[in-house]
Amino acid sequence: MRDVAIIGVAQTKFGELWDTSFRQLIADAGLGAIKDSGISGEDIGAMYVGNMSSGLFVNQEHIASLISDHMGLNPVPCTRVEAACASGSLALRQGIITVASGYHDIVIAAGVEKMTDVVDATPAIATASDQEWEAQQGATFPSLYAMIARRHMYEYGTTREQLAEVSVINHHNAQYNPNAQFPFEISVDKVLNSSKVADPLTLMDCSPVSDGAAAVVLCPAEDARKYTDTPIYVKASAQASSTIALHDRKDMTTLDATKIASKKAYDMAGVTVKDIDVTEVHDCFSINGLLAVEDLGFTEKGNGGKVIEDGQTRLDGDFPINPSGGLKARGHPLGATGIAQACEIVWQLRGDAGKRQVDGAEIGMTHNVGGTGGTGTVHIFGRE
Amino acid sequence: MAGIVGYGAYVPSYRIKVEEIAKVWGDDPESISNGLVVNEKSVPASDEDTATIAVTAARNALKRAEIDPQKLGAVYVGSESHPYAVKPTATIVAEAIGATPELTAADLEFACKAGTAGIQAVMGEVDSGMIDYGLAIGADTSQGAPGDALEYTASAGGAGYIIGKKNTIADFETTYSFTTDTPDFYRREGQPYPSHGGRFTGDPAYYKHVFGAAKGLFEKTESKPEDYDYALFHQPNGKFYIRAARKLGFTPEQYKYGLLTPNIGNTYSGAVPLALSNVLDKAEPGDKIFIISYGSGAGSDGFVLNVNDRIKEVQDLAPKTQDYIDDKNYVDYAVYAKYKGKIRMA
Repeated sequence: MRDVAIIGVAQTKFGELWDTSFRQLIADAGLGAIKDSGISGEDIGAMYVGNMSSGLFVNQEHIASLISDHMGLNPVPCTRVEAACASGSLALRQGIITVASGYHDIVIAAGVEKMTDVVDATPAIATASDQEWEAQQGATFPSLYAMIARRHMYEYGTTREQLAEVSVINHHNAQYNPNAQFPFEISVDKVLNSSKVADPLTLMDCSPVSDGAAAVVLCPAEDARKYTDTPIYVKASAQASSTIALHDRKDMTTLDATKIASKKAYDMAGVTVKDIDVTEVHDCFSINGLLAVEDLGFTEKGNGGKVIEDGQTRLDGDFPINPSGGLKARGHPLGATGIAQACEIVWQLRGDAGKRQVDGAEIGMTHNVGGTGGTGTVHIFGRE
Repeated sequence: MAGIVGYGAYVPSYRIKVEEIAKVWGDDPESISNGLVVNEKSVPASDEDTATIAVTAARNALKRAEIDPQKLGAVYVGSESHPYAVKPTATIVAEAIGATPELTAADLEFACKAGTAGIQAVMGEVDSGMIDYGLAIGADTSQGAPGDALEYTASAGGAGYIIGKKNTIADFETTYSFTTDTPDFYRREGQPYPSHGGRFTGDPAYYKHVFGAAKGLFEKTESKPEDYDYALFHQPNGKFYIRAARKLGFTPEQYKYGLLTPNIGNTYSGAVPLALSNVLDKAEPGDKIFIISYGSGAGSDGFVLNVNDRIKEVQDLAPKTQDYIDDKNYVDYAVYAKYKGKIRMA
């Protein structure tokens, strides 16, 4: 197996991009990453694109063909990868495996979602849960995560204010991210007093409906310096599956897929959680940002609220999380998120993250979740 | 240029509170009220429709115009709730106020700005010398599907404007329109309730066109917000109106008298005509008024209006807009559903 490096990244602005179509989003991100890497179209061996639900959001399937065609890259093989909100990181993982195996040298891994062409995105998002046992019984994603939050509060005394702090920190960081959907600060009061979505979660605990795309260019590590002076190396790519339905879990407040994938990733990279300088976690709801802190091993189970409240996940904290603004404030175009997280870590490790730069970041990690944790992925990247 | 000779308003007296609607649909009334800046909305009675609202508004306008209705050369009724799909509301109004038969009449539709489109049409005919006086009315009994967000705002009301060159109370300085094909809100033939694009109705629709027209109007008149005594805008809810007004640089003192939605809801084609009638009820000679309507589909009409001395002679000749707003009787959701025809009889 070969080591793999990232030599180019790009992300579109995330938000309600009324004037930008699905195909334009992915083309902008893809061409941006190609430009950033210095490769040319003929160099590309394959493309993997993460997308959750173009069929329900824009009535378009067969997007692999659409994308290679619209980007003018035919006949480069293009493959769509789907794992709900973890689609992006699975596309990244497919790209990494393809380059590592020696099957292709230069591979693009991308993600895209155009969510604002429908008036209500909730039914489409609900297809990431167990249709028969959850969605058809009336459960939506906010309600499923609300149940997790309620249980966490019951088990560990986690407070409403601690959950709100996840959103507050995300918004603080997003003000320094020009691609963020919500680049402005909010207060704990604002979170607590925003519209109730699913008790105890309010509007400001929830990631938004977003349009956006992101892309990275991968190549064998040994070739990386031919293209860039600042290659970022993939140190681990791990994925785990867990029950799709929440009620089948032994413990509602633990995402096993996160725990197992992160353990595998630490072993693969030969690091411990203490070595991670900066992390992008999957905070689709504030409670999931809190669970990630625990399940990735930054603190023990039940202590997530406290470490967040203490400021340990802030940019200048012990283990900075979501310098980009996270899903809450950068935005969450489902299939694009896993790739956008990788873009952010690459910028952080290159030292290109501007005012949201985590000082001296050498090793970074991404954490991407599908559904309520049926799929979990963890990637670790390093400057060396 | 043409001016307003007389104006008149009408708002049905029934009201339903946001709390009452929220209770039925399990919504949080406080977050709806705060989010939309709407407290209650007007409800037309069973025997009220766009035609009856338009007729009352027209009669009030005639009282202030102090002209013989036979002098009207045109009657236009702008609405998206004309009682008939084929057969004009405008002829009903013209007949009822004694303006027939020597005139032209037609119904207009441009979502919520059909009323101001009618004002522009009459301005053109007056300025060209084709007619001496014309009547343009914006009136609606708008529809919102049960349980839809629109149900909190879709209401009823209207106002009419008699436009001419002689004996005006306020004179148009100019008009400017900004129009694109933007499908933010629509109702197809035969559908009982409109469809809308959710948040798409905001930035790419309402704000884009309101700001587009405002910018054009400022440039055309070489004016700025502080030159105006009043500013008023289309008001699908209070939030959009206030945000638009503030973003354009107007102060609450300038825009508050045009904001009626919190107490009567969105009267659609009647919204800007009613906002203007409320301002004219209070206006003084020399006041300058900045007006921007908005209709989904989409477009905005802008007007700059200068009030003259005759305003003081006519303000008390007919009921004022605030009189109608204050004269109210609350109904519960069941009565509202009956009045709005939401209960289907076999």
